[in-house]
Amino acid sequence: MTSNALQLEYKAILNWVRQGSSVLDLGCGDGALLDLLVREKSVKAQGIEIDEQAICQCVAKGLSVFHEDIDNGLSDYSDQSFDYVVLNQSFQQVKSPDVVLKEALRVGRQVIVGFPNFAHYLARLRMVFEGKAPVTPSLPYAWHDTPNLHFLSISDFVEYCRLKEIKIVHSVFIDKNRTTKVFPNLFALIGIFLISPLKTRG
Amino acid sequence: MSVPTPLSDKIVRVRETSGKNARAAGQDVDKGTANDVGLVQTKYFDFALPPNELILERGEKLGPITVAYETYGRLNDQRSNAILILHALSGDAHAAGIHRRDENPGWWDDMIGPGRGFDTNKYFVICSNVLGGCKGTTGPSSINPKTGKEYGLDFPVITILDMVNVQKHLIDHLKIDQLLSVAGGSMGGMQALEWVVSCPDRLKSAIIIATAAKHSPQQIGFHEVGRQAIMADPHWKDGRYYGGLPPAKGLSVARMVGHITYMSEISMAEKFGRRLSNNGKPHKFSAGFEVEEYLHNRGDHFVKRFDANSYLYITKAIDSFDVSRGKALHEVFKGNRAKVLVLSFKSDWLYPASQSKEIVKACKWAGVDTTYCEIDSTYGHDAFLLEVEEETHLVKHFLQKAFVENGMKDSDQVLQYDI
Repeated sequence: MTSNALQLEYKAILNWVRQGSSVLDLGCGDGALLDLLVREKSVKAQGIEIDEQAICQCVAKGLSVFHEDIDNGLSDYSDQSFDYVVLNQSFQQVKSPDVVLKEALRVGRQVIVGFPNFAHYLARLRMVFEGKAPVTPSLPYAWHDTPNLHFLSISDFVEYCRLKEIKIVHSVFIDKNRTTKVFPNLFALIGIFLISPLKTRG
Repeated sequence: MSVPTPLSDKIVRVRETSGKNARAAGQDVDKGTANDVGLVQTKYFDFALPPNELILERGEKLGPITVAYETYGRLNDQRSNAILILHALSGDAHAAGIHRRDENPGWWDDMIGPGRGFDTNKYFVICSNVLGGCKGTTGPSSINPKTGKEYGLDFPVITILDMVNVQKHLIDHLKIDQLLSVAGGSMGGMQALEWVVSCPDRLKSAIIIATAAKHSPQQIGFHEVGRQAIMADPHWKDGRYYGGLPPAKGLSVARMVGHITYMSEISMAEKFGRRLSNNGKPHKFSAGFEVEEYLHNRGDHFVKRFDANSYLYITKAIDSFDVSRGKALHEVFKGNRAKVLVLSFKSDWLYPASQSKEIVKACKWAGVDTTYCEIDSTYGHDAFLLEVEEETHLVKHFLQKAFVENGMKDSDQVLQYDI
């Protein structure tokens, strides 16, 4: 990932998150996004992270974080207990994205999902002409050493949302250094979505 | 001491030297590399003098009460930088530094001192011996003013809440309205939990390490073995052994069992293997392994520094502790504004991570601002005293956040007055 793309990713999320809202970041890593949201949007932040060293980095940033596996579910949280639940770059890394997303949509009023696009043209070229598993700026790992367990495209996710009656409120697609709107499933390295259940409760 | 130093750690250090604490930090640099608290003294505080005895949780009265305590660092002008350290079953008030004519540092010396996890350049650290103990605070080996003899079993049954109530009196005595934090592991963690629940307004944060909201049957079972060993010792004499031979064998066996539960399978295998030793206590059935000698030594050593009746009273207090007071655990945390840091250790089978997670879950339900980390360690329950590097990092930054939040509020008030 280029730092520009990362900035664009964070910028998109910053634009969506309301000032003073509450955010649960699932797989918050070193807490860079949460830290930004706290500083820029004064959010009430909570992270969940599986890696001990990443937790130490979160605590060093003054963030509150739980050492947990998000695949074990969010049963400790009641419905709509956060304004936003974030699954940024962790969505494709969980064992059961289906279950985790369902839980995220239950616990959060809205959910932010960001993931690398498996159907980017570079990935397609590598598959078709080299016959090899894709390695792209947003999918930088070799097949034998990747944290990603699921490989989905932007079109896959859009279709999934339609099937599951999930409303896509906003979406941003990011190429190397810029956002893109033209054929995102072909040209975007990353897709970020703000979604909510179609039938909003209460 | 080597501490993981991510970038933000360096930023914190810069802040320390450029802010209000510049002088203190500068002095530390001038002193060179010294980063321990140095020579310390235990102090004593008396209260609950008749007729104003302390009313215990179970209704009995106790007084007068002496509390042994130590302090490290300096209380700031706002009296807002105090941290109360809470010791485990066999601990005492001597948490850091050294005493005159005794080269052994305090039991949590690695964590308390200038630049350490509990940074005495910034914080005023207090540690007191618990009620029922035998290291200066009133307990069963203290003199009963009514009889002029040691209490023995006339000492009333005490609870973790009673220990905390005594600590509250100490904090009042030190004229501290609100603690920046309370922190402890094992039984110390239980006291920290009790502080959170019984006087939430008097603390900004709590550090709860390797502990449980209540004991499991397994934990109670191990304690009962220890108690039975003490009471089966012919020298115990229903607790009336003062002035004669103490129930050394029984207390030693209790401690041996304890030590096994404090270690892990891996840490024992690494420490002893199946190595033989010639220095153990030979008896026909001893297989002469090093682990046997180690446990005998720990037991013998413990007998010299601990009172068997205190062991009975304190283990009972631990076993009967249930911070939920019979309610759902999250109910007792509701409305709590203290920030909480919960730590557990992967190989700790005496206080397994599942018990810490139960606390964390209840905090979550109650909306308490909580951080939880299960530290990867092979040391078993002992890890809370040994995993210094990881604990230092987490504790330091957690406290810094609480401190800054506290400080920001202070400065807000100052601004208002200025206007």
